[in-house]
Amino acid sequence: MNDKQKLRRKIWELDFAIKELNLFLDSNPDNQKALRMLDTYRLARKNTITTYKMKYGDYICTFDDVPATAPLSWIDGPWPWEREFNEGENK
Amino acid sequence: MWQYEKKLQYPINIKNPNPKYAQIIISQYGGPDGELGASMRYLTQRYSMPYNDVKGMLTDIGTEELAHLEMICAMVYQLTKNLSYEEIIKSGFDKYFVDHTAGVYPIAASSTPWRAEYIAAKGDIIADLHEDLAAEQKARVTYDNLLRLIDDPDILDPLKFLREREIVHYQRFGEMLKKTTDRLDSKNFYACNPSFDKNCPKGFIK
Repeated sequence: MNDKQKLRRKIWELDFAIKELNLFLDSNPDNQKALRMLDTYRLARKNTITTYKMKYGDYICTFDDVPATAPLSWIDGPWPWEREFNEGENK
Repeated sequence: MWQYEKKLQYPINIKNPNPKYAQIIISQYGGPDGELGASMRYLTQRYSMPYNDVKGMLTDIGTEELAHLEMICAMVYQLTKNLSYEEIIKSGFDKYFVDHTAGVYPIAASSTPWRAEYIAAKGDIIADLHEDLAAEQKARVTYDNLLRLIDDPDILDPLKFLREREIVHYQRFGEMLKKTTDRLDSKNFYACNPSFDKNCPKGFIK
């Protein structure tokens, strides 16, 4: 796995941890430990995406993130269901 | 993947419950030309599409359709709130009520549950885009029919918004069909299937 793939992998892991905390907090809204973890992971996600952006350009996840100077890059491949998109991600 | 936004695409605020209207509007959730089928149709067709712009459009419109089925469900929910047994029986809502109470279940106005037969993924870009164009027109007609039968501005306003979206989607799919045929052999569009054949032009023209 190269550095770019490592950073993408880290963002995916943080996204998953945040989703898990989201579900857990839906049924355990007063759990202080989970709330602190959520803060930590959200901050880590923000920082990792900033690092990724500085090194490799935009980490595109929604149309809203696409810069106005390159609106067409939204339709650039590979798309998430194609192998090229996932290559090296789960090694 | 998807993220949920905790809002509707267009507000639904119906003051007067009306189970009669709920029973016809529910068709745009689980009926043959409803929003659930629309979303599944486009999100399913994406995988075999050969061109990035068509993949993008099916992703974006398929996602918008999810927001539309949420609007339709919100309408059905508000129209069936706080009903008396008398209203339930008088409006004919009793046949739905006995199986689903006031839960929102995907069925057509004529009571058939949602079926995968309502959608198609032919694996051929020209056939699939024509399916999409026809689907948008059929959904538009369904909204037109609802607009003929319903007399409540709280319902007509969001229905008109949704009807307009069908026309916009039809327009966008039409443009994609034109861009697609422009990439194919102008003497015979059907010489090969770019969704499957390797010898077809795969080039993406920006």
